[in-house]
Amino acid sequence: MNFDKEFDASGLNCPLPIIKTKKSLTDMESGKVLKVIATDCGAVKDMQAFADQTGNKLLASTEEGGKYIFFMQKK
Amino acid sequence: MTTKKMAIIATKGTLDMAYPPFILASTAAALGYEVQIFFTFYGLQLLRKDLSDVMISPLANPAMPMPIPMPVMVQMLPGMESMATMMMKQKLKKHGVASLTELRDLCLEADVKFIACQMTVDLFEFDKSEFIENVEYGGATMFMGFAGDTDVCLFI
Repeated sequence: MNFDKEFDASGLNCPLPIIKTKKSLTDMESGKVLKVIATDCGAVKDMQAFADQTGNKLLASTEEGGKYIFFMQKK
Repeated sequence: MTTKKMAIIATKGTLDMAYPPFILASTAAALGYEVQIFFTFYGLQLLRKDLSDVMISPLANPAMPMPIPMPVMVQMLPGMESMATMMMKQKLKKHGVASLTELRDLCLEADVKFIACQMTVDLFEFDKSEFIENVEYGGATMFMGFAGDTDVCLFI
């Protein structure tokens, strides 16, 4: 999937992946896509919950070799 | 859409009890909440510039997971508190959990408002110069002005 910016949250635990995702989105334009890589398995539900509560769109959420990959489109 | 609000009353000053207010506040702020934390009694310790003295004690913390079962008589020995604190900090670091200072900075960066209970500051004769600067001093009435209108209000 195409993306405009990438943020690697590997090794970070709750709540840092969410807080830093939010920070990464701050300076992005509406409609742009942020790719987030995380190793915290809690991030799977948290990213969906973050999208639901903030209106940003979680385009995809997958797992590849122990890493969780998310594509978040800015509201 | 109106902004959601959360208020937290932080009353504890130990390492284990210091995490929940800062984690919840920084997370809520990331979700767009307007957040205030009212620090009172031992919670005031969390406003010190230097948080390295924030400790955890195995004593009177029977649910704390220990590497080996430890009788209370042993937990009382000098140095046990420092050892437990050191072990907990190592564990937090190993698991990628932010330090208290980092979480507190994230809160401030996200405009979480910190209020220190003026009465407890006077009661324990705390020196305000030892506290971080981004603190407002107030009382229960001032806090209720915000708390009364929140979506989430927690006592920790």
